[in-house]
Amino acid sequence: MSAATAAPAGARGPVAYNDGVVRNFMIAAIFWGVVGFLAGVVIALQLAFPVLNLDLEWTTFGRLRPVHTSAVIFAFGGSALIGASLYIVQRTCRTPLFGGEFLGGFVFWGYQIFIVLAALGYVLGVTQSKEYAEPEWYVDLWLTIVWVVYLVVFTGTLMKRKEPHIYVANWFLLSFIVTVAMLHIVNNLTIPVSLTGAKSYIVWSGVQDAMTQWWYAHNAVGFFLTAGFLGMMYYYIPKQAERPVYSYRLSIVHFWTLIFMYIWAGPHHLHYTALPDWAQTLGMTFSVMLWMPSWGGMINGIMTLSGAWDKLRTDPVLRFMVTSVAFYGMSTFEGPMMSVKAVNSLSHYTDWTIGHVHSGALGWVAFVTFGCFYFMVPKLWNRERLYSMQLVTWHFWIGTLGIVLYITAMWISGIMQGLMWRAYDSLGFLQYSFIETVEAMHPYYVIRAIGGVMFLIGSLIMVYNLWKTAKGELRTEPAYAEAPHAAAAGTGS
Amino acid sequence: MAQKEHDALTGTETTGHEWDGIKELNTPLPRWWVYLLWVTVIWAVVYYVLYPSWPIGLGDYTKGVLGYSSRAELAKELEAVKQSRAGWLQRFEDSTVEEVAGDPDLLNYAMAGGRVIFADNCAPCHGSGGQGAPAYPVLADDDWIWGGTLEDILFTIRYGVRATHDETRLSEMPNFLADEIITAEEAGEVTDYVMSLTGAGVATVAGQTVFMEQCAACHGEDGKGLKELGGPNLADGIWLYGEGRDAVMAQLGNPRHGEMPAWVGRLDDVSIKQVTVYVHSLGGGQ
Repeated sequence: MSAATAAPAGARGPVAYNDGVVRNFMIAAIFWGVVGFLAGVVIALQLAFPVLNLDLEWTTFGRLRPVHTSAVIFAFGGSALIGASLYIVQRTCRTPLFGGEFLGGFVFWGYQIFIVLAALGYVLGVTQSKEYAEPEWYVDLWLTIVWVVYLVVFTGTLMKRKEPHIYVANWFLLSFIVTVAMLHIVNNLTIPVSLTGAKSYIVWSGVQDAMTQWWYAHNAVGFFLTAGFLGMMYYYIPKQAERPVYSYRLSIVHFWTLIFMYIWAGPHHLHYTALPDWAQTLGMTFSVMLWMPSWGGMINGIMTLSGAWDKLRTDPVLRFMVTSVAFYGMSTFEGPMMSVKAVNSLSHYTDWTIGHVHSGALGWVAFVTFGCFYFMVPKLWNRERLYSMQLVTWHFWIGTLGIVLYITAMWISGIMQGLMWRAYDSLGFLQYSFIETVEAMHPYYVIRAIGGVMFLIGSLIMVYNLWKTAKGELRTEPAYAEAPHAAAAGTGS
Repeated sequence: MAQKEHDALTGTETTGHEWDGIKELNTPLPRWWVYLLWVTVIWAVVYYVLYPSWPIGLGDYTKGVLGYSSRAELAKELEAVKQSRAGWLQRFEDSTVEEVAGDPDLLNYAMAGGRVIFADNCAPCHGSGGQGAPAYPVLADDDWIWGGTLEDILFTIRYGVRATHDETRLSEMPNFLADEIITAEEAGEVTDYVMSLTGAGVATVAGQTVFMEQCAACHGEDGKGLKELGGPNLADGIWLYGEGRDAVMAQLGNPRHGEMPAWVGRLDDVSIKQVTVYVHSLGGGQ
C-alpha cells in the first residue's frame, strides 16, 4: 500500500505521489456507498411496510436510520472526500503528502475505525440522540484525533507546495476540514457519566443545545456536503472537460461569501420553536442571501464547459459531473426557499425536507463522487481507460431516473402531508388525524423505495465496472463519436 | 512566472496560473449574479428593519418597527379560537352527555370534534372506525364489556380500565390453573361448556357444574356477561383474545388483562364528552 505512482512527466518533472492511501480511501468509499444505499433502501421499505422492522430492537427504523445517514454522509461521502482531497492536494501542489504514507495511513485506518465504532453503537442503541452527531463521547474523541492528523497532513502538504499559488479546490477543502473540526468539537462537548460507560451528557441545555445542534448539522451540510464536494468539483470537472475554470473572480467571491453566509444559516431548522425570534430572522435572511454564493459554484462548474458542450454527448463521466452540478443548483435554490418562514411553516417536519436532502445527497454529492471515481480509478490503478463506457451510461440513466422518482414522490408526499396537517373543517376541528396522513403517504413511500432500489442498482453497475477496470480488463465496445472540437481543446494560446 | 494567454475557444484571457494542467479564465462576474446577490442583501436589510433581528447586549435585541413577536402572534390566534368556541364550550360544560346527545346542535358539534379526538387518541388501539383489533374491543357493535350507555362509556373513557386512576374500572380473571382452583380436566370440561354456549361444542354436566361454581359469578349464569363487574359475554361468539377452543382455554391458565388509560387529565372534560357521544354513535350505543 505504500506504492507511489509517478506523475505523468510534465514540463516540470515527475513527482512521486502517495497514492496508496488514496486507493484505500476509494475502495472504502465504494464499499460504504453500497452499504449506505442498501441501508437506505431497507429503511425506505420499512416506512412503506412496517413489518420489515422485524420486531427486533437492532433492526428497527430508529436504529437503522442513523446507520443509513452516517454510512452515506460520513462513511461514503467522508471517505470519498478525504481520498479525493489527498489526491487533489498532491497534484495541485506538485508534492507528495506531508507525513507520507504513514500519516496518510493513520488517517485512513483511524477514519475507518471511527466508522465501525459509530455504526456498532447505532445498532446496539448507543447514541447521544443528536442528529448526524449520534456517536457517543469515546467515538467523538477518537474522531477528533484522526481529524487533527488529517488537518496536519493537508496543511503540511499545502505549505510545502511547489506551486506559487493555492488552487481554488484547496481553499474549499481546507475550509471543509477546519470548519468540520470546529463544528464537531463544539457540538460534542459532553461530560461522560463514567469513564467505563458509553453514556454522556451535553454541556449545553435546552434551546441553546438545540441551536448548537442545528448550527452543527446545517454546517455539516454547508462545509462537508457543499464546500468539500465543491473542492472536488473544482478539480475533476476542469480535468475531465479539459477546459479552464470559467471564472477565477467568481471563485474568489463565491468562496468567501459562501463560507461567511453559511455559518449563520442553522436557525432555519428551528423556525416557530422556543428559539428567539431574532435568531430565527437571522437564520432565514442569511439562508436567502446564501442563494447566489451557492450558485456561484454551479455557474463555475457548468460554464467551465463553455466551448465544449458537445462533450456531454460523448463523455458519460462528464455527464455525471455536470448533472451533479445541476442538482446542486436546484437544491441550493430550494434550500433558501424552504428557509423562508412562510414556506417553512408548510414544509417543516414533512417529507419535503427528505426530498430536498436527497436531491442534494443523491443528485449532487453522490453523482459528483461517481464522476470522481470514474475519473480516478483508471489513473490510480494505472489503466488505459475504464472497462466500459456503456456501463457508465447505464449507471447514469438508472441512477438519474431513481433520483427523479425519489424526489418527486417526496415533494408530492411532503406537500400533501403539510396541507393535511393544517386542514380544518367548518367548525374549526382538524380535518385529518395523524394516521390518515400516514395512510395517504403510503403509495409515495413505495415509489420512493423503488427510486432508491434503482439508485442502488446503478451503483452496483459502477462497482462491477470499476472492479473490472482495476483488474485491467477492457470491454470491446463501439467508441463514442469523436468530439469535433477535440483538436482545439485546451487553452492553447 | 504568471503568463497570461487567451483561451482559444472563448477568447477570454486566463489568469496565467496553472495547476496540474488546470488553468483559469479571468471572466468577470456575471452581472445578473451580482444584482441578485444585492437584491437578497437589500431584502434582508429591509427585513431587519421590520422584524426582530439583531441581538444587542444580553437578553435584548432589535424589535423591528412592526412589533412582531411569534409568541404574541400565537397567543392572539389561540385567543381568537377560544373566543369563537366560547359559546360552545360553555354549553358543553353545562350539559350532561344525555343532554348533548339530545340537542341537534350540540350533537352535530360533538360528532365533528369527537371524530378528531377519536382518530388521534383512540384509533391506534380500537381502529379508525372502532372496528377493534385482536385484544382491543370493537366499539362499533353492541357487545359492551363495561356497558354501552352514554354514562357507561363516559365513565370508561374518563377513568379507564385497569388504569392508574383510583376510580378506574377493575376486573380480574383469576388464574384458575396456576392457582389450582380447578384441575386441568375440569378446565377442559368447562371450556367445552363455554364453547357450547355458541353452539360450537358438546356440553357435559361436569362442565356446567364447574361453570356455575367458578364462572357464573362474573359472566352470569347464562354466560351473557355482567356489565357491572366487567365480565364479558361468552355466549355471543365475540372473543376478545382469540376465537376457538385453544384461545378460550388459554384464558384459564394464563389470562390476559388488557388496559385502557384513564383520559381524565389527558383530555379536558368537554373533549371527553364529545368523544363519548361519538363512540356511542359508532354502531352499538345503548
